[in-house]
Amino acid sequence: MSARERIAGNVANYVDERTGAAAWMKKNLQKVFPDHWSFMLGEIALYSFLILLLSGTFLTFWFDPSMRHVVYEGSYQPLKDVEMSAAYASTLHISFDVRGGLLMRQIHHWAALIFMAAIVVHLLRVFFTGAFRKPREFNWILGIALLTLGIVEGFLGYSLPDDLLSGTGIRIAHAIIQSIPVVGTYLSFFAFGGAFPGEVFIPRIYIVHVLLLPGIFLALITVHLMLVWYQKHTQYPGPGRTEKNVVGYPLMPVYMAKAGGFFFIVFGITAFLGAVASINPIWLYGPYTPGQISAGSQPDWYMGWLDGLVRMAPPIETYLFGYTVSWNILIPGLILPGIIFTGMALYPFIESWMTGDKREHHLLDRPRNVPNRTALGVMSLTFMLVALINGGNDIIATHFDLTINQIMWFSRIGIIVLPPLAFVITKRICLSLQRADRELVLHGKETGRLVMLPHGEFIEIHEELSDAKKFTLTQHEQPKAIELVKEDARGVLNPKGIRARLQARFSAANAENIAKPTAAEVKELESGHH
Amino acid sequence: MKFLSKYRRHKLATPLLLLFALFGIGLTFSVASATEAPKAVNAQAKSTLIEEGQQIFLKGCSSCHGLNAEGGAVAPSLIGVGAASVDFQVATGRMPMQDMSQQAMRKAPVYNEEEVAALAAYVASLAPGPRAYTNEEITWERDGNTAEGGELFRNNCAMCHNFAGQGGALTQGKYAPSVMGVEPKHIYEAMITGPQAMPVFSDKIITPEEKLSIIKWIKAAENEPNLGGAALGRVGPVTEGLLIWTFGLGLLIGVAVWLTAKAR
Repeated sequence: MSARERIAGNVANYVDERTGAAAWMKKNLQKVFPDHWSFMLGEIALYSFLILLLSGTFLTFWFDPSMRHVVYEGSYQPLKDVEMSAAYASTLHISFDVRGGLLMRQIHHWAALIFMAAIVVHLLRVFFTGAFRKPREFNWILGIALLTLGIVEGFLGYSLPDDLLSGTGIRIAHAIIQSIPVVGTYLSFFAFGGAFPGEVFIPRIYIVHVLLLPGIFLALITVHLMLVWYQKHTQYPGPGRTEKNVVGYPLMPVYMAKAGGFFFIVFGITAFLGAVASINPIWLYGPYTPGQISAGSQPDWYMGWLDGLVRMAPPIETYLFGYTVSWNILIPGLILPGIIFTGMALYPFIESWMTGDKREHHLLDRPRNVPNRTALGVMSLTFMLVALINGGNDIIATHFDLTINQIMWFSRIGIIVLPPLAFVITKRICLSLQRADRELVLHGKETGRLVMLPHGEFIEIHEELSDAKKFTLTQHEQPKAIELVKEDARGVLNPKGIRARLQARFSAANAENIAKPTAAEVKELESGHH
Repeated sequence: MKFLSKYRRHKLATPLLLLFALFGIGLTFSVASATEAPKAVNAQAKSTLIEEGQQIFLKGCSSCHGLNAEGGAVAPSLIGVGAASVDFQVATGRMPMQDMSQQAMRKAPVYNEEEVAALAAYVASLAPGPRAYTNEEITWERDGNTAEGGELFRNNCAMCHNFAGQGGALTQGKYAPSVMGVEPKHIYEAMITGPQAMPVFSDKIITPEEKLSIIKWIKAAENEPNLGGAALGRVGPVTEGLLIWTFGLGLLIGVAVWLTAKAR
């Protein structure tokens, strides 16, 4: 034993004698995780969250969350002697007079965009592979909570510098609060401590942004990861992979190395973006005053769909019992997002009811093998994408020589017509891919080699798939439709009535699949035929 | 000095002073009226300029604006729009229009400086209107104030032209063009004539000095280096989102694929 090993051993022993960590670590460091690129998307979100904590802490050293009026005396000349809030002035100070300040601000903001984008692609992976099914419904809901809070946290951060753009965003948030029937006005007075913009809003959202929400994030992320740990990670199907095992590599050393390396790559890419690409140039926007607005005012992308929904809403208001109800803000600003996020959170339960599947699942689905769910996902995505496009309608209009009215009408009609269309098209594509899989299993890969048989017939040589590949393509089970029981043997009507009929309808749609090749079919082909 | 303090209360001082003043006024008047003579020559030159302008107008503009600039079904009357309008519209290439789309766009000018001046003189001769300016008259560098100009720009211009003067969309395909790389006199003329969808900013709303400040701020924005790195068009979060979903996330997913790739 070398001296170095002896010292390391002594240190480890010292710690172990006092904490008893060795047994726990020995068990957990060997925990196996499956290997796939799509399992690392959530990690991107986790690492960008760490980058956000680090860069955000740096920014708090100089940021002054106050709406106190000051006259700018810093080094950015075009704003010299302009009146502004201390929040805006201190953000200018960070950008121009603190060493590395602008870089840190840009890293912080890029990391926020990456954080939200990573959460969304992670969510899409979990959705389309069916990883949210029992027993992971709670973790899915935690994920939706993180997404929702991420949008709020991002919006608050975007609002803090009190520049012209962020003030416009707060103004819209204020309008959305006010649109709540009956209590809206009171709620807005409560949030803003009086009339808009007031003096208290920025100090209040500051403490929510830097303390309350990050704390909640840390707690939720911890539970999210602990549940992954406890329930074990899902895996893609393949030979040797079952509902009862996990095939992959141990945490130590493989994933420690990969994850550690990945953290630094994410940090590197974020820092690179922060160094070369301008983001939120608040000095160009100017300080916020309620009387000003800039053309092309947009929120960050993760709020863009919400802005797009508000922009396409027709101007409808009603005057009821002395209260004005602004449906054009209320519906796109609150009701629709409420439905969307509640629907997302409840989806695991909705699907399990529709399919009648109450079993545990640890093997993931290939999206094509669950056409209904995949189509539903693409349908929702299409809805959000149309809304997002309309959120940038003015920029699209100027850059692609279109009229803003055309884009708005495209969005108004498209948001109703395109999602169902996307559903039908996606479902057809999934079924076609199933057909292609069936062909592949039964007839193998086309090799392009043509052979003339002695009697003159031409055939193309098909290369048989490996058994492993065949297994992977056929291992999934195809659900059967739930049979509708209208009345039982004694003629008693099913008490569930409409619900039962709906469920039968949904499960029939869900069971619409191309029959996968049976073992008998494969065997028959293997003996004989080319 | 002693002389002055001694006699300033003399009884002849006031009539004498009056005499001096009258003499001064008379002299100024005579000097001012003395410019009448060369002006007559100028007027002659001017009338030939107007005739030249009319010829150009008849060839290049009258098919839409009418033989007497009275306007037509597709183009407005130009009587009373003044030389400023002509200088702005023609020298920035907006007129003559190439296609009858939503609004005239900036392009390479069709007429040279003399021709524009002739056209302007012709249109100005039809009825009084705002005069054209030269870049030398627009003394933005000397008389403008950048920070004040920024405030004015954000108050009056940014709602259409965007916070950094990059332009923005209006209704029905109309748009506020980018104000980057525009000659100072054209910015000034645009403000006083209100071309296309733009309102007129009269000297009562924005004083001439304030107009110079706005021009100074626009020039500062034009020349400002991109302090944070690639500017992404200075149009706000849309391009930032686009970059993160293409380059940022694309690269990160690429790395994830690389990290989990099986050794072959």
